[in-house]
Amino acid sequence: MEGNVKLSKNVLQMKFMQRSVLRMEVEQNEEEKQKIIDDEHWVLDLPQLSQREERYITQPSAVVCENLQFGRMSFKGFNPEVEKLMKLHDTESELKQAEEREKEIGVSEDEMAKRYSALVGIIAKKFSTKRKHQTSANKQDDNDDDTDSSSPPKVRRQFLKPDDS
Amino acid sequence: MAAHMDRIVMPGDKICDLKESEATRKTILGPGLRTEGDCVYACKPGVLKFREPNVYWIDTHQKRYVPVKGEHVIGIVTQKAGDIFRVDIGGSVQASLSFLSFEGSTKRNRPDVKVGDMLYCRLLVANKDMEPEVVCIDGQGRSSGMGVVRNGGFLFKVSLNLVKKILSSSCILMKTLGQKLPFEVVVGLNGRVWVKGRSNKETIALANAICASEHMTNEQIKVMCQRLADAVAGFT
Repeated sequence: MEGNVKLSKNVLQMKFMQRSVLRMEVEQNEEEKQKIIDDEHWVLDLPQLSQREERYITQPSAVVCENLQFGRMSFKGFNPEVEKLMKLHDTESELKQAEEREKEIGVSEDEMAKRYSALVGIIAKKFSTKRKHQTSANKQDDNDDDTDSSSPPKVRRQFLKPDDS
Repeated sequence: MAAHMDRIVMPGDKICDLKESEATRKTILGPGLRTEGDCVYACKPGVLKFREPNVYWIDTHQKRYVPVKGEHVIGIVTQKAGDIFRVDIGGSVQASLSFLSFEGSTKRNRPDVKVGDMLYCRLLVANKDMEPEVVCIDGQGRSSGMGVVRNGGFLFKVSLNLVKKILSSSCILMKTLGQKLPFEVVVGLNGRVWVKGRSNKETIALANAICASEHMTNEQIKVMCQRLADAVAGFT
């Protein structure tokens, strides 16, 4: 049923409305049941347990700690299948290392976003015309001192008709 | 941080001033370290190691393997019980392996695995209260190097330190051996190593070289590999 549309009793008594009447009854029952349950349930009156932040991460595997390689190796083409796998693992670890290095040297995403957000205004200025520029500056002034009613009313530039006389 | 680097610690030693990552303010604690409240304690005797930016662990001499989730190990099938295999991975309990966790296996198409086969597998479940479970596929359902390892070769057991040394990127043992001889090797993090060379003699020589390299520096390893290559060339 949509929101607060209520149908009159007469309408609901009509034969074709019987299905909606049934559904409305079911909904009402459900609501009441929920209310009863909410009233009956007991809740401990305790302050919320604050989750303490853990300073340590335990990593029981030496493989991760010591950066160990994969344990299957083959040399000089003894087992080509394994050698293919080794090459794959090598490139993977190289990629990971490069990524780590980049993370250390590079600029973080937050920093990047901050820098770009500062740039947006400057670049936008470049594309706007001088007139727009001025009005936007005026607007900003207006925002700055809303209470100041003495500021001169904005003059709309328009074509001035030359005097005939 | 220099004070932390390569310091010898004993179980119960409190470890302070751990370096944390700048972004997440967190420290990663590896094997041998545990937290008690807000403090970090060593629970194994060994050397405290650190890796940039925020990883700490204890390097300890150890021969017993304790299963850890995600590690690749060499197992031996000991039993075939209905839908699962029992696999000995050197831990306190045998691991279970479902016949469905092989590449391309279905209920109809069972993998060809017999009792006594050697497997290279990955630990899927490793919990101190539960039986470990291994699989021979990765997340995408491909074998990616795991599965039954066949065709001869030689399997032997070394200390866990040696295994980690072989697999660390700073060790040149495998690279140097690989330049001298064609061979294949499988290294499980449970301390088992399988090698196969062209002949039995070469396989034995390789196994000896790996065992001997435990306490060698990279220079000593280079010298040893050269001598081994000369010897092998001599008696073939």
